[in-house]
Amino acid sequence: MIRGKPDEDDYWNNSKFKAFTFDDEDDDFTRLKESKRAVNSIRSLVEEEDEEDDVEKVSWSGEPVGSISWSVKETESSIRSTGEVRDQSFPKIHTAPSLPKNSSGYSLSSLFKGKAKTGSFQSFSESFGDPSIRNYAPELRKPKSEYKDYVSDWTPEETVKRMQQGKVYSLEKFRSLQDKLLLLDEAVNAHDGNVITAVLIYLKKSLSKEILFRELITREIALRHYIHYLKEIGEQKLLVELFKSMDRTEDMALMQYRDHLNVRDENKRRDFLKNCLSFPFSPDDATHVQDHYTLLERQIIIEANDKQVESSGQADIFKKYPRKASILNMPIITTLYYSCFYHYGESDGTFSSPANIRKTFRISDKQFLLTCLGARAKLKAWFDVDALFTTKNWLGYTKKRSPIGFHRIVDILQKNNAPVQVLQDYVNLVEDVEQKISLAQKYKCHDVIINTYRDLKDRQQLIVYRGKVERSSSEYRKIEEILSNSQLRWKN
Amino acid sequence: MRVLFKLVLLSQVGWQSFDHFMTACHGARPGVMVVFNLAAAVTMSAWCSETECVDCRLGLLSAPLMDLPQVTREVNGWAGVSLCSTSGPMAHSVRRDAPELPDFSLLKRLARDQLIYLLEQLPGRKDLFIEADLMSPLDRIANVTTLKQHDVDKLYKVEHKPIVSTSDQLCFLIRPRIKTVKWICDVVNADKAFGRFRRYKIIFSPQKFYACENLLEEQGIFGDVTTDEWSFYLLPLDDDIISLELPEFFRDYFLEGDQRWVRTAGSALHLLHSVYGPFSKVYGIGRCSKMAYESWREQVEEGEQRARQAEIGNVFLIDRDVDLVTPLCSQVVYEGLVDDIFRIKCGCVEFCPDVTSSDKSIKVMLNSQDKVFNEIRNEHFSQVFGFLSQKARNLQTAYDKRSGMDIKQMKTFVSEELKGLKQEHRLLSLHIGASESMMKKKTKQDFQELLKTEHSLLEGFEIRECISYIEEHINRQVSMVESMRLLCLLSLTENGLLPKDYRSLKNQFLQSYGIEHLLTFSNLKQLGLLVEQQPGETLTVMESRVGKLVNDKTAGKLTDAFSSLAKKSNFRALGRRLNLVPKSDEEYDLRVPRDMAYIFSGAYIPLSCKLIEQVLERDGWTGLEEVTRMLNGHEFAVTAGSNGSDARVKTDSQRIILVMFLGGCTFSEISALRFLGREKGLKFIVVTTAITNSARLLESMLDNHA
Repeated sequence: MIRGKPDEDDYWNNSKFKAFTFDDEDDDFTRLKESKRAVNSIRSLVEEEDEEDDVEKVSWSGEPVGSISWSVKETESSIRSTGEVRDQSFPKIHTAPSLPKNSSGYSLSSLFKGKAKTGSFQSFSESFGDPSIRNYAPELRKPKSEYKDYVSDWTPEETVKRMQQGKVYSLEKFRSLQDKLLLLDEAVNAHDGNVITAVLIYLKKSLSKEILFRELITREIALRHYIHYLKEIGEQKLLVELFKSMDRTEDMALMQYRDHLNVRDENKRRDFLKNCLSFPFSPDDATHVQDHYTLLERQIIIEANDKQVESSGQADIFKKYPRKASILNMPIITTLYYSCFYHYGESDGTFSSPANIRKTFRISDKQFLLTCLGARAKLKAWFDVDALFTTKNWLGYTKKRSPIGFHRIVDILQKNNAPVQVLQDYVNLVEDVEQKISLAQKYKCHDVIINTYRDLKDRQQLIVYRGKVERSSSEYRKIEEILSNSQLRWKN
Repeated sequence: MRVLFKLVLLSQVGWQSFDHFMTACHGARPGVMVVFNLAAAVTMSAWCSETECVDCRLGLLSAPLMDLPQVTREVNGWAGVSLCSTSGPMAHSVRRDAPELPDFSLLKRLARDQLIYLLEQLPGRKDLFIEADLMSPLDRIANVTTLKQHDVDKLYKVEHKPIVSTSDQLCFLIRPRIKTVKWICDVVNADKAFGRFRRYKIIFSPQKFYACENLLEEQGIFGDVTTDEWSFYLLPLDDDIISLELPEFFRDYFLEGDQRWVRTAGSALHLLHSVYGPFSKVYGIGRCSKMAYESWREQVEEGEQRARQAEIGNVFLIDRDVDLVTPLCSQVVYEGLVDDIFRIKCGCVEFCPDVTSSDKSIKVMLNSQDKVFNEIRNEHFSQVFGFLSQKARNLQTAYDKRSGMDIKQMKTFVSEELKGLKQEHRLLSLHIGASESMMKKKTKQDFQELLKTEHSLLEGFEIRECISYIEEHINRQVSMVESMRLLCLLSLTENGLLPKDYRSLKNQFLQSYGIEHLLTFSNLKQLGLLVEQQPGETLTVMESRVGKLVNDKTAGKLTDAFSSLAKKSNFRALGRRLNLVPKSDEEYDLRVPRDMAYIFSGAYIPLSCKLIEQVLERDGWTGLEEVTRMLNGHEFAVTAGSNGSDARVKTDSQRIILVMFLGGCTFSEISALRFLGREKGLKFIVVTTAITNSARLLESMLDNHA
């Protein structure tokens, strides 16, 4: 799009991120050649652009000056960072970093200036140094003839700074391990994640993974960037090795486990999960993963069976309530609900029976009851609902018990549109009298209210309540009856 | 009248006289602003409005500039010269007393103009693919016509699927995400395989990342694709809210530990500083805040200073993880509640049919332009109904005026009042509908009981009951995110769960919502949102150990290694020290809020806002040492050297405080700050990486999809 671009592309392609494999036997040699080529290409670029200097300026106006394009270009350069674009008369810099053409544009003085490290904060007045001096000084310091040496001149600090500003930089010269690490530490010191990752990409290409891993152990920030980068580009294998080398086995296991989400086919997914069982999870997580495997295994069996039964039209329940979705990959509780819905009363031995699921996945009484209740209430199987709570004592008397408060049961039943006759049985079981009355009122269980007031011998409330029911109703008659009962000793 | 011009060529030459420049430009007439770059335009337009100079036409250069190299040389020759011809009586007009909020629409214009420039970099007709979450922000600053005017043919949303475009030129407007770049690589390589030639351009917003470019290179399409940056850092959502629209900031930084957005935050600050600054004081707390400050400071250092009158004096930077409790609380202030229930996206909400009481949903912009909304947005929900019905009555009265009007009066009524009334009527019925719908939704899920549990957690009262409430919530498979929210609140307020509770609740959660949430739990633990109490180690031991590390600069690396340990929330101790939880036995009149606690029904003063209040009051962190220690340090307060502006201006801008939340802030917090502003005679401008709420925050922790 802008003249001079091909040169840059050359430069980038040749030098910066050449595809690189760790297995490469003669990587040193390749790298050497590569660097040489890079340096050469840079030199030609520098020289060429040097000559072009004036021409470039003209080309700046090449676009019709009145166009938005022209003016907004100015905008763009100024917004990006007012600092970096002092040489904005050379638009190349906006698309890809290019080599310096006008030294005044690269306020090196700012680099030479004592850099305030993290934590110590320069006052504003200090940072607002006299711009005119600062910006034009380098011109004096660096005559044009020295351009060629730029690349090798940049210290880690300068390099990082240039990378931050989107200027041309070169990482090739950081060849010794020490230099590489200095560069990495400098990037970390600059707090710019983008640059940290860029340096890590370079280190990934130019260091054996063992060495890189070893160095990252003591560099937490860089390490986290590296892990995130590997995650993003999907280099699972390398990540596994990294975790392994750092003894972060749980992270490794979880990360591998995560991959099951990418397996669409349920049988393959099951096999994948089976494979996961051997991963070094924490003891708790290992149990969960085991459950996950067992669950999917069961779901596959249940799904195959039910699909067949449903299509053959053998079972009424599927005809009456066709399945809306497959049970595959549903949570345990949803599976239990499904089982309570379609497979209630099956013997404990079958995989699809509620009892079997409850046992296999160690589902708590409370949880089991809630789920079962929901499913049976949905089917309006009130008899089953009753049976859930009924216990017999040794004398053979039956009594209703629940691990959760009966007010909750009422709530669930009501949400499943239980009729008043059913509801009031459970409202009656609520222990707290006030709660009982308020629930009864909410769900219009007149009998419960009337009986409760009667038991409380609360004549006044009963009279009040009489006013709320219809005159012709049976409730009204019942209240009348009670109120006229002379046997009762009212408290008011 | 002779017009006064100041021409500022930012990053080029400093101050220039317009006349000088004019001479250099053939054919340009005085009275037309000639603008070299937009920063200069900003300065000038600000200056023009200050001096109420009406003759200036702020336009981009329209006269043909024949001899540009010469001009360039001229301009370069003027470097360091600071000229400003003064004439005209209005050079320093009278300023108003009350601090007015700066005009942020400028930011939109900057972004739009730059986008147009970038589009023109790919001349000719082209199809534009836009990243899904860039569409709304784009809508706020430009429209389809703008794009069409610049040769955009068809618009597509990035869907990570093969494309159907027939255009010879494709432009991709995307966030710098590996996933999206990968998709583009696939598109380009598919074209190559078909032997199809097209031109491609990627515009990264707000900046590009090396990792993305590296991917282009690895996929062999570097060079086939040109790349650019659209520095669209800041989107003004309202008069006092500016968003970076980077919801991934939270996960990337706080969970993954990736600092890729730190410089972005610094650049955003830098932009604000150069347009509305110079700032004179910066306070902050949190590691990221510190780094963002550093990055900004470096960028200021690299650039040039402009002597202009500050519109914003003070800045407060705060990391989201300084206060994770607040965003996890149910919002009960109107705007927050609307966000929790309907999700406000980029300042716009879609009201579903049951709100609009029609058969279609309506998209509504929610900002200060909406007069009805503006009056209720900061109100506690319980107050809103009363307000709306009063408003409805007033409206009725206004309508009723018609009866008994003669023709002439009627005419005036219709031409002057009716439109306003109709508008108000429309808004009113929308907000009444929304309130009703929210009311219904909330009663359905036993909102009162939920709030009671939350308040108990905040107070540290009846924790066992809270746990069984949460347990049941999980057992009944009620909203997964809601269950997670309660678990996190429990953990944050209690400094972690007892190992027994942790195990049992985790087990039940996995049973109810899927075992793959193992991954979510691991993330929540990593971030410190949901942790097990460490047996054996008392809090104080931990604190002093971590505190020591934090203070020791040489141990920077170690600090990081321990950062997960340091993430103890210390909520109870902080609450006591800062009086965050008012005594529950006192009545709290929500009609006349007495403090910021009103945003949570009087139950809790948001920690984030309380810190801001305290630091502003004390003009620094003095006296808050214990608090900052419990917050894991990283606090700072910096003052600039004198900046020469006169005292009155200074006090004006001093009363405008820019608060930047790194990692997102909630509408409730914004409401609290508005309240604080009214109380103290301050104006707050909230800059946030994104508007967040409990659901967004927790959804960003999920890992349960491929």
